[in-house]
Amino acid sequence: MMDSPLILLPVFTLGGVPITSSVLVTWAIMALLGGFCALATRRLTLVPSRRQAVLELVVGTIDAQIRDTMQADPAPYRALIGTIFLFVLVANWSSLVPGIKPPTAHLETDAALALIVFAATIVLGIRARGLGGYLRTFAEPSWVMIPLNIVEQITRTFALIVRLFGNVMSGVFVIGVVLSLAGLLVPIPLMALDLLTGAVQAYIFAVLASVFIGAAVGGDGPDRPPPQPGNSP
Amino acid sequence: MNSIEIASIVAAAFAVSFGALGPALAEGRAVAAALDAIARQPEAAGTLSRTLFVGLAMIETTAIYCLVVALLLLFANPFVK
Repeated sequence: MMDSPLILLPVFTLGGVPITSSVLVTWAIMALLGGFCALATRRLTLVPSRRQAVLELVVGTIDAQIRDTMQADPAPYRALIGTIFLFVLVANWSSLVPGIKPPTAHLETDAALALIVFAATIVLGIRARGLGGYLRTFAEPSWVMIPLNIVEQITRTFALIVRLFGNVMSGVFVIGVVLSLAGLLVPIPLMALDLLTGAVQAYIFAVLASVFIGAAVGGDGPDRPPPQPGNSP
Repeated sequence: MNSIEIASIVAAAFAVSFGALGPALAEGRAVAAALDAIARQPEAAGTLSRTLFVGLAMIETTAIYCLVVALLLLFANPFVK
């Protein structure tokens, strides 16, 4: 019998708080990403070096995606959505390191990420429209839709959790099953597929986060500027 | 292994197999429609593929729900002590 993917056993306790392996991996990813970004952006110049050009390419791509999705200036959302994307991507790909299970393969990490998106939707929506204006979006297009809109807020956050969890966990699970049946080197194609799934899921998570935030913030209606051409994902 | 466990395993297999049918058909139709649209308007490929990805993720969620139900039946079954 394989370990249940729904249960997570603590590795050790820190002052009475149980610390699980996925929390440890999350801390490692945070330190890695934060340290790398701090080191890489220490000496920025106007004429970019080779390393800085790569970083600018990443930031520019994320900016273009946010601008395409939200039809708005990406500057206020770049930090949140870019961080979510990079974290989920690195977390999904952390299964490449032997012995490490990606933290996104556990329900808790995905729930935390989705709750961050949920809170950001509310906070940014209230900041952009005011409390009354934000609450009024629930009554669109008519007041009959109020219960449905409230339910939608909850179910889409839940779907965000379950989608990321199900995809990443099933990848890890399938590799485990094939490894126990067929042995060494056989699951390598599945691991390649897992890399693709991980990248696509990170992209989808970030796009959905920007769609939700854009819906809460935007609402310019049909007189939005047209999307800029040539920004393919 | 009692009858409840056997029923849970069979139900989990049915949940995943039949739960994968609908989303698979739907995703096939979505991809076909998107390819058709890209063939008609290649300049809109960026917007189309982004919308396609998001839509596929939405469709796929139903299959993932079935997977989660199957996992609950296998690993966190409330009727098995």
